[in-house]
Amino acid sequence: MSEKHLKEGYYFWSGDVAAAEGAIAAGCRFYAGYPITPSSEIAEQMALRLPQVGGKFIEMEDEIASIAAIIGASWTGKRVMTATSGPGISLMNENIGLAVMTEVPVVVVNAMRGAPSTGLPTLVGQGDLMQAMYGSHGSYQIISLYPNSIQETFDLMFEAFNYAEKYRVPVMYLLDGLLAHMYERVYVPPKEEWEKKILWRKRAKEGFLPYQPEDDLVPPMPLIGEGYKIHATGLTHDESGYPNLTPQAQEKLVRRLNEKILKHEEEIWKVEEFMTEDADLIIVSFGGEARAVKSAVVEARKEGYKVGMLRLITIWPFPHKFIEKYSADFMVAELNYGQIYHKVREYAGNKVYKLNKMGGEIHTPDEILRKIREVMA
Amino acid sequence: MKVEVKFGGLGGQGIITMGFILANAAALYDGKEAVFTQDYSAEARGGASTSEVIISDERIDYPHVQKADYLVLMSMSAYRDYVHKLKGDGVLIVDSDLVKLPDEKRKVYGIPATKLAEELGNPIVANIIMLGFFAGVTKIIKPDSLMAAIKDRVPKRFWELNEKAFAEGLQYAEKNL
Repeated sequence: MSEKHLKEGYYFWSGDVAAAEGAIAAGCRFYAGYPITPSSEIAEQMALRLPQVGGKFIEMEDEIASIAAIIGASWTGKRVMTATSGPGISLMNENIGLAVMTEVPVVVVNAMRGAPSTGLPTLVGQGDLMQAMYGSHGSYQIISLYPNSIQETFDLMFEAFNYAEKYRVPVMYLLDGLLAHMYERVYVPPKEEWEKKILWRKRAKEGFLPYQPEDDLVPPMPLIGEGYKIHATGLTHDESGYPNLTPQAQEKLVRRLNEKILKHEEEIWKVEEFMTEDADLIIVSFGGEARAVKSAVVEARKEGYKVGMLRLITIWPFPHKFIEKYSADFMVAELNYGQIYHKVREYAGNKVYKLNKMGGEIHTPDEILRKIREVMA
Repeated sequence: MKVEVKFGGLGGQGIITMGFILANAAALYDGKEAVFTQDYSAEARGGASTSEVIISDERIDYPHVQKADYLVLMSMSAYRDYVHKLKGDGVLIVDSDLVKLPDEKRKVYGIPATKLAEELGNPIVANIIMLGFFAGVTKIIKPDSLMAAIKDRVPKRFWELNEKAFAEGLQYAEKNL
């Protein structure tokens, strides 16, 4: 059967469909998942589309098995993804640690909904931002990206897969209940154009040690099925891949797992700076919520308030340089009780205000405007 | 140009489909910016159902309806739930058998869409009759664009029925305006 790839043109997609199509365009050929609102349509689209492009879709018995399956599949050299929401992402976290420790490229989509627990299944939340980085046990780094439009949901998938492959790390691709079920127009460029964007992982050469890093601190990856005998373990290991349960091996390995990301953080950081140059107050925001913030900033400017927006597209590693470079006050608008607020406070020189809603809906531009007037009065 | 439209009714009436078709038509066939959002209760049928569409010449940031220019309703409960979202000079477009508004001061355009759909042989196309009526009343979208978006959404064997339904709504608007 000939492969059925996307044609150049305009599409009217939800965030879920754009995430699935973006992943396939970015080379994803294996998906294992367990459906849960509001991420279910990602699984649906993958089930429909992956067989059309020579890929495989598996519906697993639960989320723990889903992420285990993609970790296994990634060892064969395929680009892999799973998606989930709410309780599902909590279940996946143990194996996110396994992917970190064994350095396996995976992309995990979390369409954040109202929480804790089963919370608000169909409605928006932003409560899993700290969990994205700190959800599994241990001290490590992952990469997390978070778009704010359906076009960006498609486009940013290329970076998600490229980062996962380049740094051999899980990429937590954040969506939210608003973006997952919202529809907008998406432009898909010709296949030749998007294919050029795909970066493949470094492959192991003759006589390698499976966990011997190169100068970028990332070891080339041998692929199962190509004749290599390798050992991958969640236990602390040395360059051979076999367990080495000593403080020395732990020190070397865990330092490198962190530093291989932090060393490259400036390449990974993506932000949108909107009217920040002369701003006295910069509102930090991300995802669906940032759309309300942008509307409010435009309105506030009409009233003469010098306000701007810093939208974090890369959530982790935290793009602190973009906080440190401004001497303005900050306000963090987020759909939780205060998470990224604490990161901004860590790097801000001036006042940091909170603007929180617990989820279910994003702030209205009026609510944000009232807070701007209050703190700038 | 920026228009905000809110659809409301009960699960099973095709309220979400109406919004989707309108936004899809605006985005892909009229070359406008359009955002479509939806909200529904857990019941497959009979629960509250609503969808929202914003159409604009410019990029749309805040994706929800703040003050609707048009409120399209197919149940009384939807009127009670969403009438506060309608602008002071906004327009109501309703299924006149299902939504009776003797005291409403704003402009109300009514069409017995569900009854007309039954006469066409299938009540399922009541929402498509409403969309034809909407196009005729508001003139914010080209009828051809809407029909193209209907064909994107509906299986081919139902195209003829849907074309009839759409034309019925459009003609009703032309005759009664």
